[in-house]
Amino acid sequence: MTTAEKTLNAQEHALHLLQQMLRIRRFEEKCAELYQATKIRGFLHLYIGEEAVATGVMEALQPDDAVVATYREHGHALLRGVSAEAIMAEMYGKQEGCSRGRGGSMHLFDKASRFYGGNAIVGGGLPLAVGLALADKLRGLKRVTACFFGEGAVAEGEFHESMNLAALWNLPVLFCCENTLYAMGTALARSESETNLTIKAASYEMPAWSVDGMDVLAVEEAAARAVAAIRAGGGPYFLEFRTYRFRAHSMFDPELYRSKEEVASWKERDPIELFSENLRGRGLLSDEDLVRLEQFAAEEVARAVDFAEAGSLEPLEELSRFVYSD
Amino acid sequence: MASLNMVQTIARTLDEEMTRDERVVIMGEDVGKRGGVFLATENLFDKYGPDRVIDSPLSEAAIIGAAVGMAVHGLRPVAEIQFADYVYPGFDQLVSQAAKLRYRSGAQFSAPMVVRMPTGGGVKGGHHHSQNPETHFVHTPGLKVVYPSTPYDSKGLLKTAIRDEDPVVFMEPKRLYRAFKEEVPEEDYTIPLGEAVIRREGSDLVMISYGGTMTETLKAADALKEQGISAEVIDLRSLLPWDEQRVLESVARKGRVVLISEAPRTANFISEVAATISEEILDTLEAPPMRVTGFDTPYPYAQDREYLPGVNRILKAVQQVIDY
Repeated sequence: MTTAEKTLNAQEHALHLLQQMLRIRRFEEKCAELYQATKIRGFLHLYIGEEAVATGVMEALQPDDAVVATYREHGHALLRGVSAEAIMAEMYGKQEGCSRGRGGSMHLFDKASRFYGGNAIVGGGLPLAVGLALADKLRGLKRVTACFFGEGAVAEGEFHESMNLAALWNLPVLFCCENTLYAMGTALARSESETNLTIKAASYEMPAWSVDGMDVLAVEEAAARAVAAIRAGGGPYFLEFRTYRFRAHSMFDPELYRSKEEVASWKERDPIELFSENLRGRGLLSDEDLVRLEQFAAEEVARAVDFAEAGSLEPLEELSRFVYSD
Repeated sequence: MASLNMVQTIARTLDEEMTRDERVVIMGEDVGKRGGVFLATENLFDKYGPDRVIDSPLSEAAIIGAAVGMAVHGLRPVAEIQFADYVYPGFDQLVSQAAKLRYRSGAQFSAPMVVRMPTGGGVKGGHHHSQNPETHFVHTPGLKVVYPSTPYDSKGLLKTAIRDEDPVVFMEPKRLYRAFKEEVPEEDYTIPLGEAVIRREGSDLVMISYGGTMTETLKAADALKEQGISAEVIDLRSLLPWDEQRVLESVARKGRVVLISEAPRTANFISEVAATISEEILDTLEAPPMRVTGFDTPYPYAQDREYLPGVNRILKAVQQVIDY
């Protein structure tokens, strides 16, 4: 490969990463707007500020791998390959949604992209991830299960049971801890005696390290390294992504637990801004590029909204279906 | 045909199912080398190895949750919770995850799995080794709940549970594990869920029970016979689904019913049966449905037989519905 080709490939990949983060950001911004317009109801948790984490990790996964996520999972679903239309329709509660409109924002599922759900129980997805990985191992499949959770989950017993089992049985799980410093409104230091999360993982004999979760390249590099090791039979890995949610926990959160200055200082490290500046500095991003990326994201969101608007509610008499196998 | 007690039958049934279907995997505390605390998985570790009979740590949430994941990825896990009382640390995984996966995912995913649990009192186990948590699970749409009372039924029902496409809570009355033997056919057979069986024919009243208290219920029926009272005895065998049609037909013909369960009285599953009878066939009743249950207390140690609905308490209730 010539130097020019390498530069071109690098640029293409860099713009792809930026595109992915922008897709999440614009999607989430539209969700907030639609919530105010009462199109989306219930509880809504936005991923704005954390885009680099899902973006970098998803790059390291293969289509055959599995993803287990949380209630803040729109971005993960979107980048995993669930269509924006199906996600938005789900949030509208329409039967065209990826879970037939029964779950809403926190319960996105998609078999085709091996997306094993949002989960509104903190820590609830970790044992599931362990089981998926155990089945893969027993069946001799070289697949990886990526399991996302917030730092609040480390206080749950399910976290510790799952970490222990995964390490004890050398299971192919990538534990992705999105450390946003606050479990809803309670700071990490107010809920954990040990705030160094990698030490918790290390106590289970699991390789673990912290990653700048605002730097998409750092995330991608760390995830790729961990996934390669896991796929080679190296057992589970734990990555702590230090990140921050720019928005409130949900749509009902006056944010009394953190200062405006703190939020502002994190916003200075906006993962999209950081990466864009980096690319501009290296001559890899032009204004035209950005317009094109923004246009792609905007069109995707517009299509999603149109699709959701045009959808229909599941007939009431069908709501008793699928409690059990038919 | 072999004469087997219930726990021997369960061990053999698990063995047969593991031979029949290599997707069947057992997991739980002490199920492997130890063969299970009650020996319900005896010899299976030696026969099938550590990848199919998996000794787990004391992690009920992870056992049940991992079983969900294994089921989603094509295995047929049979998880053992060592005592039903230990299911509570894994309650979230059973109730919020396993039970709801199919519905929550719009029918894209399901968790065909069995959670076996030695259940109930009468073994001097005290507060944390005697409980009957079935009400929690029949109150959880998405789960199925089975509670056999004989070796024969435990084989047919366990096979059905393992082959079922939904998560099944399989409760085993541990005081009956070695209480008696009966002939258990060696050939393969299944018993459908939601199908009750009549254990005694009778014409004067109906007694309905399941699981461990079937023994006392049958003894009560024998005692009534000596008094010239003819009681039909129904064993529900499975609680979710339960055999509403059989119950309503029998009770409508006899007009009198006593319902027996050893779980605490308030919101006891048997109250659901009583409520259904009252709603559906009130005009056929000669007396109100009468419940005989455990008490609304934790399960006591020394007087644990007194906690159970014994023959005398059942007979007293029968007298009340006859004298009404």
